[in-house]
Amino acid sequence: MTQQLHDLPSQVRRDILRMVHAVQSGHPGGSMGCTEYFVALYFDILRHTPAPFNMDGQGEDLFFLSNGHISPVFYSVLARSGYFSVEELNTFRKLDSRLQGHPTTHEGLPGVRISSGSLGQGLSVAVGAAQAKKLAGDDRLVFTLHGDGALQEGQIWEAALYAGSKKVDNLISTIDANGQQIDGSTDEVMPMGDIGSKFAAFGWDVLHIPQGNDLDAVRSGLREAIAKTGKGKPVCVVMQTSMGYGVDFMAGTHKWHGVAPSDEQLEAALAQLPETLGDYPA
Amino acid sequence: MHSYSDSGSKDTRSGFGAGLLELGRSNPDVVALCADLTGSLKMDAFAAEFPERFFQTGIAEAHMIGMAAGLTIGGKIPFTGTFANFSTGRVYDQIRQSVAYSGKNVKICASHAGLTLGEDGATHQILEDIGLMKMLPGMTVISPCDFNQTKAATIAIAEHDGPVYLRFGRPKVPNFTPADRPFVIGQADVLTEGSDVTICANGHLVWEALEAANALEAKGIKAEVINFATIKPLDLETLLTSVSKTGRVVTAEEHQRHGGLGDSIAQALAMHRPTPMEMVAVNDSFGESGTPAQLLTKYGLDAANIVAAAERVLQR
Repeated sequence: MTQQLHDLPSQVRRDILRMVHAVQSGHPGGSMGCTEYFVALYFDILRHTPAPFNMDGQGEDLFFLSNGHISPVFYSVLARSGYFSVEELNTFRKLDSRLQGHPTTHEGLPGVRISSGSLGQGLSVAVGAAQAKKLAGDDRLVFTLHGDGALQEGQIWEAALYAGSKKVDNLISTIDANGQQIDGSTDEVMPMGDIGSKFAAFGWDVLHIPQGNDLDAVRSGLREAIAKTGKGKPVCVVMQTSMGYGVDFMAGTHKWHGVAPSDEQLEAALAQLPETLGDYPA
Repeated sequence: MHSYSDSGSKDTRSGFGAGLLELGRSNPDVVALCADLTGSLKMDAFAAEFPERFFQTGIAEAHMIGMAAGLTIGGKIPFTGTFANFSTGRVYDQIRQSVAYSGKNVKICASHAGLTLGEDGATHQILEDIGLMKMLPGMTVISPCDFNQTKAATIAIAEHDGPVYLRFGRPKVPNFTPADRPFVIGQADVLTEGSDVTICANGHLVWEALEAANALEAKGIKAEVINFATIKPLDLETLLTSVSKTGRVVTAEEHQRHGGLGDSIAQALAMHRPTPMEMVAVNDSFGESGTPAQLLTKYGLDAANIVAAAERVLQR
């Protein structure tokens, strides 16, 4: 299991790049930066039942992706953990696909519980789902992921205030602090200051994962977060990642936010990423 | 003369509050959310009796809509409550993505709609909400006419699986529909039978339409008044049956002409049975402060204006 776990990030990054390359559209940068998070979550942390998929998720941990544009990594990990076939990844962003550009429940893709893409809405949805769990006496947890740039949306702070003030303590929200957004670095576009302190001021328990592209660091960080649940505060994990991580010419820049690699770039990128678990058929 | 009588004027928002309380007692999955307007929405009785199922979100409507969408995941049936302006325009993208596109079973319940909010003025008098909501795929849109019908509609939408927009208001208006009448989504009610002109109305203007029908009858004109409480899905069969008899239509609503009931009926008639038609609605303007009655008169929405519209359409 541990070997397969450590084989996954390279394979997931291959999926991401091949999906985006095939249709020459999509968002590889943030997807690659969050690969370790998704692998840790879906293959180690979540207590979940991929099939048959149950929308209500009673008795399961739930995950909500608020920054829906990193759908490639979400789809890859959902497929590879058994929500749907890995072959279906080759329908990404094509006509009649369940793998829409941004994740949606509309086409009935197993594993997706809310549509996202318009930023800043996922935290509110997760708060609602967490409250539903409490009403049902269900002690499982609700996880969310947000981009640091997406925290610029006001609704995030409405939800953060609610979760802190109303003690929604079965919620673990991770911030992908990659310091990048479409128009440049967050420092250039809208400096975010100390994200952890902001959440702490809103009544959250905050912890940091400084090495968000180290799989074991993410796993232990999320375990630490779980240990903090049930104590009267929602938990915020500020996770430092590098956008485009895993391919030298894509890493650490906002330039690959929404840009697909060319044929040559794909070849060069895949050469840096061993095919550990088998590519999906093109 | 129509046989409807006011059993004692009440506000439609109180019909919502009464329906919600009844639902709280009969359906444990019903939960309610409010953005700091519990008293205005008449949700206090539900909040007091079911505190664990009532979520006070503070003045944060966008969050409230998202949270309601999340509560459906786990099988709850959330009813959100705030003013119509903050229930629609302010949170359109949240409704669009997290509720409608996501297919979530959220009931968006909106008070203080239209001009009859009165003195607060145009910032709060939304006249575009029905248009905004009916454009969303899969959204059911309902604007009941009185206390009894609002209560019945509130109860009925809990049984419907899918997002609903339920619109009601603040002023006390005649309560004239039967208290025991169940609400059927998508069914228009023929209130008076007539052969000369069909008057399609909803919300507070249904009573004005009944008053107009009386005035028209005194002039020898027989009006068929139909209460189109459900704007979407539109009851095409009832509309076409009536129009095949009368051949003339007047619509009446407390909403912009663009995007309201009249717009839906015009579209339906254009496609199925082109018919001369007049629209009693606000004509591309904002409202202003005033009493509800003053505003209905100034903006051309009262019974006298419906009578005038019927006379105009009969001359076409």
